[in-house]
Amino acid sequence: MPAAVRAFDVAKRYPLGAAVTYRTLREALRDAVTWPARRLRGERAPGPTSIWALDGVSFEIQTGEVVGIIGRNGAGKSTLLKILSRITAPTRGGIDLHGRVGALLEVGTGFHPELTGRENVFLAGAVLGMKRTEIRARFDEIVAFSEMERFLDTQVKHYSSGMFMRLAFAVAAHLEPEILLVDEVLAVGDASFQRKCLAKMEDVGQAGRTVLFVSHNMPAVTRLCPRTILLDGGRVLKDGPSHEVVSAYLSSGLGTMAAREWPDPARAPGNEIARLLAVRVRDHQAQVSAAHDIRRPVTIEIEYLVRAAGHRLVPNLHVFTGEGSHAFVTSDAADFGHRRVPEPGRWRAAVTIPGNFLSEGTYVIGAALSTMDPVAVHFWERDAVAFQVIDSAEGDTARGDYGGPMPGVVRPLLPWSNERLG
Amino acid sequence: MSAPPAAPLVRIRPESAGFVARLSELLEQRELLLFLAWRDVQVRYRQTALGVAWAVLQPLLSMLAFSVFFGGLARIPSDGLPYPLFAYCGLLPWQLFAFALTSSAASLTANERLVTKVYFPRLVLPLASVLAGLVDCAIAFVLLLPIMAFYGVRPGPALLALPLLLLLALVSAVAVGLGLGALNVRYRDVRHALPFLTQLWLFVTPIAYPASLVPERWRPLLGLNPMAGVVEGFRWALLGLPQPPGALLAVSAVVAVLGLLLALLYFLRVERGFADVI
Repeated sequence: MPAAVRAFDVAKRYPLGAAVTYRTLREALRDAVTWPARRLRGERAPGPTSIWALDGVSFEIQTGEVVGIIGRNGAGKSTLLKILSRITAPTRGGIDLHGRVGALLEVGTGFHPELTGRENVFLAGAVLGMKRTEIRARFDEIVAFSEMERFLDTQVKHYSSGMFMRLAFAVAAHLEPEILLVDEVLAVGDASFQRKCLAKMEDVGQAGRTVLFVSHNMPAVTRLCPRTILLDGGRVLKDGPSHEVVSAYLSSGLGTMAAREWPDPARAPGNEIARLLAVRVRDHQAQVSAAHDIRRPVTIEIEYLVRAAGHRLVPNLHVFTGEGSHAFVTSDAADFGHRRVPEPGRWRAAVTIPGNFLSEGTYVIGAALSTMDPVAVHFWERDAVAFQVIDSAEGDTARGDYGGPMPGVVRPLLPWSNERLG
Repeated sequence: MSAPPAAPLVRIRPESAGFVARLSELLEQRELLLFLAWRDVQVRYRQTALGVAWAVLQPLLSMLAFSVFFGGLARIPSDGLPYPLFAYCGLLPWQLFAFALTSSAASLTANERLVTKVYFPRLVLPLASVLAGLVDCAIAFVLLLPIMAFYGVRPGPALLALPLLLLLALVSAVAVGLGLGALNVRYRDVRHALPFLTQLWLFVTPIAYPASLVPERWRPLLGLNPMAGVVEGFRWALLGLPQPPGALLAVSAVVAVLGLLLALLYFLRVERGFADVI
């Protein structure tokens, strides 16, 4: 059976700067007119300063493989997906695809706000490559998945963003191409919606289809994809089993995984009551760091903007393992008695996880700000930051002298007693 | 899940696929074409008070203005036909052309999200907006019948040529729309030039005046504007004029087909870069 995807030496050059993209007609005409003269003077075609978004990427993906693609922003992940989905052409190299390709590069592509939910299901389905008969056959399934039965005949412009996402993802999730390309669509929506999306992705993978999954969601990548390709600077830096590639990525400092900042409060996660500004992981010397000695405490801080007074706000952090299981949730329990109501302004909350507590491996932090009683979540950033815990095995950790694999989410150094009884 | 049929091979290369391969791909995507045309029709008159009446009001009000100022005050001749009928008959294909031209030229930039997020033959977008214009034209056409009845004008056998003339109007609109649409992706100058261009084009097309105002031997030159052939042809086919605008129409047809070919070649050449520059 041929490889589902075979990419060889794929490269993509983008011209740099707005001057080239929004060249005016006048400049283009002037260039066209003067070009023969300049050509005679031995001038080469005007080479605008450009960047190689991809530069010699090669890989093969077998039919049925589910592969994650990771890398920091600008590594070339999205460009690769755009070439794979034929939205843009490579500058060099090529890709052979065996199978129908479906691409989910954005939730809600093809939706039109003036049309009703029902109409949009058909329209978006067609835009994503479904035949009308296919959409009709799956219509009920799509609607049931979206849980939007009651609003089907409402114009989409009256939907909340959550409702919109739900319906849009439902359509996209019912695409059945042989090769599915997914870009970061799971980063949107609330937690229960994300869980649903991840479950759907899992189904797709198990149905024997080939999936390429671009994401910053490291737990999701490690859980859903047995194999991961790490891109950096437009090249393949590492390609192999996900847990290895993901931890190499996290510990290499390539990803700015230990700190995330949202400089523009208007676009930061949150609502009219509060917004998330930053999440940082610091070591015992208060340095932002993604790699931590198992013996040392790790401090996680969360910076947020309180926009409206009068709400009791409780910052809380969710700690996930690299495999995606929820290790624990922590919030300022001592505050529960005080019912502190913060004034508007910038706030910082921090919590320290003691040394000799977490196990070795990757941890991903979800940051949230909630109000209790009644419960409301003001922001919830599932994969805010991530860090590695490293056991250097120097004999003074819970490992002792043991060098082999040691399972468990936590690895506390506990006081043991061991006495002779007779 | 049943086993997938023999998986097709898609080759992605820096150079684009051939002309024929891409046109046949367009044919495969005709459902999407119809969906997008349907969307444009659905959306056009949503949240308007008068709704679809706009499709009739536009040519009707133009006809009234033309009849008062050009036919009445300026006493422009109308080939012996009642002036309002003469004008409406010219406005029908013109409205179709002007709408198709304007909307197809803007179609790619108006659907920027689609262009940057999904793959499909880009030709689908301008073609869908032209198709959507046909609906308005059909509605406006219905009004022509009572006007004709009112003046007691009935069409002759030349009516059979009407579909061909309609096709010629569409070919002309698609040619200009494809060319300008593709240009507009890179040069937003088009957006500014477009209203001016359509206005100018209206004046050089014999809508308010008959082609017979132009001396006979220069008349085929008028046909270099394909819409001149269409408009004169419409009057001949619908209003039972004795003489078909032969040479004029022939020149128009040749110009329109050549124009379409050129526009298509240009469009297909630059199409792959749309997502990068839009």
